[in-house]
Amino acid sequence: MRHAMSIEPTPVSNARGAEEAHTPSPYLEITDLWKSYGDFVALRDISLTIAKGEFICFLGPSGCGKTTLLRAIAGLDLQTHGTILQGNRNISTLPASRRDYGIVFQSYALFPNLTIEQNIAFGLENTGRPKPEIASRVAELLAMVGLSAQGKKYPAQLSGGQQQRIALARAIAISPGLLLLDEPLSALDAKVRVHLRHEIKALQRKLGVTTIMVTHDQEEALAMADRIVVMNHGVIEQVGSPTEIYRHPRTLFVADFIGETNQFPGKVLPDGQIEIGHSAFCCATEGFAADDIVTAVVRPVDIIPHGADAHAVNAVDRPATPQNLIDAEVREMEFLGMFWRTRLTAPRLGERSLVADFSVNAVRRLSIETGAVIQVEIPRERLLLFPRGA
Amino acid sequence: MNIDLEAPYLPLVGKRLRQESSRDDRIKLGLMAVIGLYLVVALGAPLFIMLSKSLSTYRFDLAAFEFQVSDETGTNWGPVVAADALNQKLGVVTDEELVSSSDGRLAATKFFPDFSFRSPVHYRIRGTTADAAFLAGPTLEKGTEWRDYDSGTFRRVVLRPASSLGLENFKTYFSTPALARSIYNSVLMAAISTVVTISVAFALAYGLTRSCMPLKGLFRGILTIPILVPSLLPGIALVYLFGNQGVFKDWLMGYSIYGPIGIVIGSVFFTLPHAFLIILTALSIADARHYEAATSLKASKWRTFTTVTVPGARFGIVSAAFVVFTLVITDFGLPKVIGGQYSMLAVDIYKQVIGQQNFEMGAVVSVILLVPAILAFAVDRRMQKRQVALLSARAVPYAPKPNAGMDRICFGFACLVSLFILGMIAMCQIAALVKFWPYDLTLTTKNFAFDLMDGGGWAAYGNSIKLALLTALFGSLVVFAGAYMVEKTDGFRFGRSLFHFLAMMPMAVPGMVLGLAYIFFFNNPANPLNSIYGTMAILVICTVTHFYTVAHLTALTALKQMDPEFESVASSLKQPFHRLFFRVTVPVCLPAILNIAIYLFVNAMTTVSAVVFLYSTDTKLASVAVLNMDDAGDIAPAAAMGMMIFYTNVAAKLVHALIARGLLARTQAWR
Ligand SMILES: Nc1ncnc2c1ncn2[C@@H]1O[C@H](COP(=O)(O)OP(=O)(O)O)[C@@H](O)[C@H]1O
Ligand SMILES: [Mg+2]
Repeated sequence: MRHAMSIEPTPVSNARGAEEAHTPSPYLEITDLWKSYGDFVALRDISLTIAKGEFICFLGPSGCGKTTLLRAIAGLDLQTHGTILQGNRNISTLPASRRDYGIVFQSYALFPNLTIEQNIAFGLENTGRPKPEIASRVAELLAMVGLSAQGKKYPAQLSGGQQQRIALARAIAISPGLLLLDEPLSALDAKVRVHLRHEIKALQRKLGVTTIMVTHDQEEALAMADRIVVMNHGVIEQVGSPTEIYRHPRTLFVADFIGETNQFPGKVLPDGQIEIGHSAFCCATEGFAADDIVTAVVRPVDIIPHGADAHAVNAVDRPATPQNLIDAEVREMEFLGMFWRTRLTAPRLGERSLVADFSVNAVRRLSIETGAVIQVEIPRERLLLFPRGA
Repeated sequence: MNIDLEAPYLPLVGKRLRQESSRDDRIKLGLMAVIGLYLVVALGAPLFIMLSKSLSTYRFDLAAFEFQVSDETGTNWGPVVAADALNQKLGVVTDEELVSSSDGRLAATKFFPDFSFRSPVHYRIRGTTADAAFLAGPTLEKGTEWRDYDSGTFRRVVLRPASSLGLENFKTYFSTPALARSIYNSVLMAAISTVVTISVAFALAYGLTRSCMPLKGLFRGILTIPILVPSLLPGIALVYLFGNQGVFKDWLMGYSIYGPIGIVIGSVFFTLPHAFLIILTALSIADARHYEAATSLKASKWRTFTTVTVPGARFGIVSAAFVVFTLVITDFGLPKVIGGQYSMLAVDIYKQVIGQQNFEMGAVVSVILLVPAILAFAVDRRMQKRQVALLSARAVPYAPKPNAGMDRICFGFACLVSLFILGMIAMCQIAALVKFWPYDLTLTTKNFAFDLMDGGGWAAYGNSIKLALLTALFGSLVVFAGAYMVEKTDGFRFGRSLFHFLAMMPMAVPGMVLGLAYIFFFNNPANPLNSIYGTMAILVICTVTHFYTVAHLTALTALKQMDPEFESVASSLKQPFHRLFFRVTVPVCLPAILNIAIYLFVNAMTTVSAVVFLYSTDTKLASVAVLNMDDAGDIAPAAAMGMMIFYTNVAAKLVHALIARGLLARTQAWR
């Protein structure tokens, strides 16, 4: 499939190359994997390599195939085509019970009639371990997830967040080589979710277990993952570190799904400029030919406010002369705690309004208020272009 | 999204991936095969054999036999003559007499009017085809070889009919008005009973859910009583109340209770709990919001009733109607006791098989009886599917508000129906305890001296308890394991749906039909399972199969409520499925398993229809004893035995409640 070019393609591939160079042997290798349900193709040509100890997030809108891919890795739903190697062992067609992983489901699937201790011990019993060893391992795990006092209770007596941690403890009890988490936090309320994010991440670091977490929450993925696999309609759109994905989205979908965007229809002009509305903007146009129809994207946080006279004020902050300066009128302002979200209109951009996030500081310093006319800069290097289908 | 046209397509080169099977998979497959085989042997095969029997006709083929007669010396043979030539000349066997059954025998001597068994004349007989068969005394002879007999032996030579497949039996059935009339009778009785039962059940369920009448719990309990007694018992009660010596005989204004009237009243009695429970469930899920809407639109009471209440419960009503219709049309016990000369399909099967030993005609009636039952079943299944969709909407339960007038009417009606149910039971109880109702009301226990009567005595009661316990034990085991295979295994999709289909079938198979099918299948020396014929084992298998469907659905419902990922978790933890099964699945589903056990127990105690063909002298049953003692005119002992069944079931229910409470308190602490 053809990918949209990011404006700075070179650093991306460099960073990736460097990363792959110093990560040792790949732990999980998925090659050319397909999954179809009758005529419906749920996964299309998925290839992915995961290094040992990595924390990977599968991120994408609901129904894009994340769970399907996770279940294929787990051997719970066999893929239609494709191979999966785990630690150089071909596990493509092994039954779930002969693969090496622990899993936590969205529902936690805790056994309701067993106590917390019995739940955690479930995978340890029946393996020839002596009873005292099992008991001490359970105690260790309970301490690890911070629930030592709850061992004798039943799952229904615990809160959602506690149940989630028990499910995690049960999954890691058998010291699996791979930890699979399917939307582990989505059933919890926001506060517990943020707290548990850190706990899971800390636990993963401590154990060094290779982890794949499925989520549809971009914030969660950005906060937790070493690398994010962005999926849409059964294909991988992009694989990369959180900053890479955020800074250099390779498709419009990725740009839009991760973070927020202003999108403008545009046309590529010769000599490194594009046309939006009826005016020209400076922009990196490598990979595009003149007259290509594109979508130009800029994130609200990347828009720089300059007050009434940009050249005077910003000479200190920015050595280079600002390019792409436009006059804009502030139509609406919304205070979101950390920053102000503003809606601007600018004659040069045509009909569409521009959403920009300004720091509290900048708003105060530049006396930005509803109805004011200010100058804003759309930085050249933050203006991303994506090809628009005919 | 930008997937181009050049996007790669799924490489479809040859091989499909197949998951390597794990040990669990193999064990599950084996288990499924075992339980599937059980259903095939206990249900599929017998029904198939019965169907083929109904299409088998037996007829003496006279052209297939030839005779030769010697002179007085016994060595000089006369000309060869075919049996049909002899018959044309002599006219000894009419055309009707040629139509026979699988047991048919035709004496060879019929064709020789001047036969004398003391004469020195010898006879020869042979077939003209390899299949022509005849008996010489006990030995079966076949084929085209001549066989010589002296006259003493020839006296004991009988021809056997040839069998062929065809619709002859059905033609005979429909051209015999006495038989075909039963179809009309059965449908009529079922239809009338359905209308009455559904109306009464709906009124009761309405009162219990939509009014604030007192004593709801008590009424609910009383309304389930009829489930605990055999359907013969209301028949006996009606005989005592309205029969020839009945105290209320005059109420019938000259009509006889023996016949349609008795059948309808008795049917209402024993089908009421079933209809009541279904409609009660349908009405309890009603959505209060609909009622609020109706009130805010100022709809009248009657309009609310017709536009909200009835449509909301319509699937429940239709479902209940089919259940009642099927129960009545397939019931055997009640019309046997109270039906008099009024012929019904289920009784016809019994008469054909037990009375006339005409198994083929029994099979024909069975096939005919299967038609309405299967139709009702198929329609009901579709209805149920739609009701589920209705259920899944999130509803706000409706809480009725007091309304003195309405509440009083509902209470009055519930009292009336309870009086009817308790009255019938009380009648049997009194009849069982007095010397001779209604003339000599001194108390006595002589009616409980079953050992002095035909029917099986106390041993039959003991057998019934044994059967009920074994059925409950073995049945819950098979049913739950089977439901687990259907619900909780992945893969084997075809096997699983076939299995589910087989499990749903018993619902549509009337007991009489199942029993007769068992005779055909198991009472065949060629069947390796022939040895269980006449034992307790066949009674247990038959009863489990007969009541399989409801138990299966109960187990399925319980299993569906469990997290579908338990199995995935267990296999990710490398634990075999049976460990999960015994440590989690069974304990969590224990309440449902206990419900299945008590359901099977109660039904095994009361059932007559299937087992009436299968019991032997060693395995007589209490419910069959009720039937046989009633048949023999020992009605009071029959009532007494019926009451014994009732007491046992009440006791079983109490024990069930105790176990459920005690055991669950221990194993279900997590609830
Ligand atoms: N057993 C199934 N049969 C048919 N379609 C399925 C099945 N399981 C999943 N799908 C489809 O595959 C797609 C991907 O599902 P899933 O992997 O669960 O998405 P998500 O990314 O939300 O986890 C969805 O469109 C879903 O409808
Ligand atoms: Mg999912």
